[in-house]
Order: sequence, then structure tokens, then C-alpha cells
Amino acid sequence: MLYQPWPWYVSGPLIAIIMALLILMGKRFGMSSNLETFCSIGGAGKFSDYFKVDVKSKRWNLLVVLGSVIGGFLGAHWLSPNPAVNISDETVNKLQKIGFDSAGTAYLPTELFGMESLSDPKVWTILLVAGFLVGFGTRYAGGCTSGHAISGLSNLQRPSLIAVIGFFIGGLIMVHLLFPLIFTA
Amino acid sequence: MKNLAYIIIGTFLGIVLYKSEAASWFRIYEMFQFDSFHMYGIIGSALAVGVVLVQWIKKSKVKSFFGEPLNIEDKERSFTRYIVGGTLFGMGWALAGSCPGPIYILVGAGYWPIVIVLIGAVLGAFVYGVFRSKLPH
Repeated sequence: MLYQPWPWYVSGPLIAIIMALLILMGKRFGMSSNLETFCSIGGAGKFSDYFKVDVKSKRWNLLVVLGSVIGGFLGAHWLSPNPAVNISDETVNKLQKIGFDSAGTAYLPTELFGMESLSDPKVWTILLVAGFLVGFGTRYAGGCTSGHAISGLSNLQRPSLIAVIGFFIGGLIMVHLLFPLIFTA
Repeated sequence: MKNLAYIIIGTFLGIVLYKSEAASWFRIYEMFQFDSFHMYGIIGSALAVGVVLVQWIKKSKVKSFFGEPLNIEDKERSFTRYIVGGTLFGMGWALAGSCPGPIYILVGAGYWPIVIVLIGAVLGAFVYGVFRSKLPH
């Protein structure tokens, strides 16, 4: 069981319990604020007062990040003999049409995340732009999936609902309108 | 002790998100294609349990594990920053196939090109911080 992919009805409640544990430790569940902490550590305070924060007060969240790196290692190398993600046949078909032949056989598309694809400058551009949108967007919106979709909505916050609607508008635009322009088989 | 607790919670989060496949680019694409219930099931069941836990924490006035009073802050009221920031984030989420948590998790899993996504994300947060006063919020 442990070595198979975990079903949604196990994973979802476990995520909620992680959020509750962090609240009961007097903190909150929010992964994207660490991006700002990295900026502060890197000396971004020289460019904007926004980054002049007491990094020590953010240390707990960096430890959560450290843990999640360890968790990713354990999940991938100790708990997953088969990395293939069993996505639906429709999804596999759609992905094959836009050149993702690894669909259904891998955890991440080798076309973007395989070491050999790094010889293509287009892949570098895609990954860098994608990351930039994640980082800029999440700080502009004041939270990401953990901070808004899980924590904010669990606390019945209207701002988080607006942000999550935004997440879906953006995701649908990307996948349905922009993917056909970016990825051509 | 506390430090170890944060690392253990993070480790647990990493394992859960990896094993649930919420850290898989394919699952995010599939979600935005509405081809499977999987991601909606994860978020939906997390919320169902999350709402109950948060409401219980607020109503019971339970103290933190360290005996301090708990205060779950409300999000600042606004529309523009949430819809514009949210839409930009959603575009990145779909293209990178991962949100901030899974980015760290995939570094641990050894998918090294995700480091480029991480660098982009830190850069994005930096640019936001620098231009923040000029953006509508």
C-alpha cells in the first residue's frame, strides 16, 4: 500500500492535518513566503525595504522546506518503486499530440525535466519563465496553494477564494490557450 | 526540539505530496484538462477536513502546543492583488507543473532541472518586492 500511489482520500486529509499541526505550533501553512526569505538572505534588503525582515523569525518555515526536500528524497527513492503516474488515457492522448511522449510512463515529463532536455535553450526559458510566474504571482496574491487554497479556504476567507479563482483562470489560459503555441510536436 | 518538529512536519508533507502525485506535472495538466477527479479529490478532502479543524481550533480557543494563545489572522481585504496575482500564479503553476511546496520536494527527489524553476521563482518574488509599491493591490 505504502509503495503504491496514495489515493486522494488519504492524501487530502493528511494535508489538512499538517496544516492544523503548524497552526497548533503557533505558525501557519504557507510555502511561498520562503521565496521572500531566500531573497532576504541573499541581500535583497539593499534593493527594497520589503526584504528587510528578521530572518530568524522565518527560520521555522525554512526548516519545513528542509524537511520537504528530505520528504521528496524519501518519497522518490525509498517509497516509489515505480515512478510512472497513472494519468487518464485522455490526458495521455492530449499530451502525445503536443509532443510529450513520456506521458503515462514517468513522474515528470522527461521533455522538460530530463537532464538531456537541458541542451535545448527553449526548455531553460520555459522553466525560468514558469518559475518567475509562480514566484511573482504568489507573492502578489499573498499566497500559493498552501496559503490560499488550503489554509485560507479552510478559514473561509473570501480573499483566498478570489485568489484560487485566479489560480484556475491562469491555469486554464496556460493549458488551453498557450500550450498549443508553446509546445508543438 | 521545536526545530526537529518543523523538519519532521516538512518531511511528512514532502512524502504526502510526492506519494499523492500532487507534485507531478502530469497531474496538474490533467487537473486543468478536467480529465480526472484525483487533484480535486485531494484539494476537496483537504478542505473538508481543514474547515472542521480550523473552526474547531477557533471555537474551542485551544492553546498552542507551547501554551500560547492562537490567533489565525484574516487575509487582508482586496480584489485586484488576488485576482491578478492569482492568475499569474496559475499560469506558472500549469507551466511548471508545480507550486512552491512541490518545487522543494522535487529538488529532494533529484529532478535537477526543477532548480531552474526555483531560481525563477526566487527571482519573481524579488521583482515583486522591488516593484510592489508601483503595483495595484
